[in-house]
Amino acid sequence: MTEQPLVLGIESSCDETGIGIVRGTELLTNTVSSSMEEHVRFGGVIPEIASRAHLDAMVPALQAALDEAGVTLDEVDALAVTAGPGLSGALMVGVSAAKALAVATGKPLYGINHLVAHVGVGLLDDSGIEGFSADFLDQLPRGGLGALLVSGGHTEILAVRDITGDVQLLGSTLDDAAGEAYDKVARLLGLNYPGGPAIDKAAASGDSKAFVFPRGLSARKFMGTAEQPGKHRYDFSFSGLKTAVARVVEGFEARGEEVPVADIAASFQEAVVDVITKKAMLACQEQGIKTLLLGGGVAANSRLRTLTAQRCEEHGIKLVIPKLSLCTDNGAMVAALGARLVTEGRAPSGIDFEADSSLPVTTISV
Amino acid sequence: MLVLAIDSSATASVALARLHETGYDLLAVRETDDTRSHAEVMAPFVREVLDDAGVASSDLDALVCGTGPGPFTGLRAGIVTARTLGFAWNLPVYGMMSLTALAEEVFDSALAAGHTEILVATDARRREVYSARYALSAGGYELLEGLTVGKAEELADLPAYGRGAGLYPDALQAVEGFSDLQPRARFLLAAAARAGIENLSTDTSALYLRESDAKVPAARKKASA
Repeated sequence: MTEQPLVLGIESSCDETGIGIVRGTELLTNTVSSSMEEHVRFGGVIPEIASRAHLDAMVPALQAALDEAGVTLDEVDALAVTAGPGLSGALMVGVSAAKALAVATGKPLYGINHLVAHVGVGLLDDSGIEGFSADFLDQLPRGGLGALLVSGGHTEILAVRDITGDVQLLGSTLDDAAGEAYDKVARLLGLNYPGGPAIDKAAASGDSKAFVFPRGLSARKFMGTAEQPGKHRYDFSFSGLKTAVARVVEGFEARGEEVPVADIAASFQEAVVDVITKKAMLACQEQGIKTLLLGGGVAANSRLRTLTAQRCEEHGIKLVIPKLSLCTDNGAMVAALGARLVTEGRAPSGIDFEADSSLPVTTISV
Repeated sequence: MLVLAIDSSATASVALARLHETGYDLLAVRETDDTRSHAEVMAPFVREVLDDAGVASSDLDALVCGTGPGPFTGLRAGIVTARTLGFAWNLPVYGMMSLTALAEEVFDSALAAGHTEILVATDARRREVYSARYALSAGGYELLEGLTVGKAEELADLPAYGRGAGLYPDALQAVEGFSDLQPRARFLLAAAARAGIENLSTDTSALYLRESDAKVPAARKKASA
């Protein structure tokens, strides 16, 4: 296999049908077709609607990606697809399409972990990470890379010591993902979907200290100590926070007072971002991690970016943030990780693997 | 012409046949009995069927795809497989309503039994069936009514074929020996041969018959004093 394999990656774990094509570490195209608009009236992603959209977007997206990259299917060296974690019906569409391509072309297929792929964007020449290029993941200190993934479906802290061989889950949400909490609170406040940008905007003119909302799993019994860590030291929970916001909103309504949307939005956002960054810092410090990658759609959130940057600086941790088109779900990250697996001579997955909605991060390729 | 057919509306099946003016020769077949493994078996089945028949993909002339109705996730696995194969091989993909496969399979027997109108039905889960009503004559079968999804009790009182009939014997006249029948790709090929492939549609839209279950959330009730 060549040093610079041409790899086509397919992503369909949530509401984005993404096709990426890379040549080794060079990104040739990152085509994304989103069904986001169809979910707006529901205030959240509806799995069945997302799956239907994937079915009809798949072939047009493949065609568009090949056209944009200026390559043919024959020229592709290998295929990669998100095998999980994600919405099971949505994953199934991408996995079935990828297998069909593998059968049709005879090319090897890699079923890839979605979360690890989010980190895999760091394998690209032009990931938008300042001062770094494709060797970024190979130049890390011994502690490896921390990854903080925050999106509508995920809130995780990973320790990546070797992107194709050693990835560990340090913490994750026990209930809602952070982005999901944003969507639900946006609805409580009468703001639009998706909630992330809407709350970010409303919060800009609000007082983040107006209300004190709970920071989930921050109590001693969950946290423990560095020496004797509690069960949920690096884990998150946002469902209590959402309920707390609802109580405050209801209180204003019951008193017939105007709901201070900006103040609540700012205070809610501060609670989310505070607990996420605090736990991420703790995990990095205690696990000897000196570089943190921020990924996922909520990486677009201004307050999350600011506070993560500030706290990383305070803790002597280098923060890297890929460009936004590579933070949100996309096929390029799948192709990038696939290309690395090919280059390292790893065995492909075959065509009889299953999509796994709860694929653990330790399974980098199935 | 060499045609590969795929159906995943109930069980999963792939079949390869050579269609000619007076009928078709079945070359290879793969079929499951279960209704929950489509995404795993579909691609391997395609490869195995081609290998079995010793046919190269470049020899194929067209694909036929069962478009349902059927449980959504499995149905999509077959349709996306067919569409993607068609894209990669640059072949036309023809869509056929999956219940056609049942009508095709039972036609000879139903006609011989003297029936002029029949129902075919498959399991729609949630205690409902997908169904269609056909008129039979020596010349063939014709879709009269359907597709529908609903309670078996609400269907016409006619001889009924297929797994959907077998599940509700009290409500439907399930014809003995045909009450476990599921749509299969080989009978889509037979139906395609009967109709003439040039008369088929290239519309492969999934026949879901049901909306997604999502409800637009009602306006939130405001707390009042």
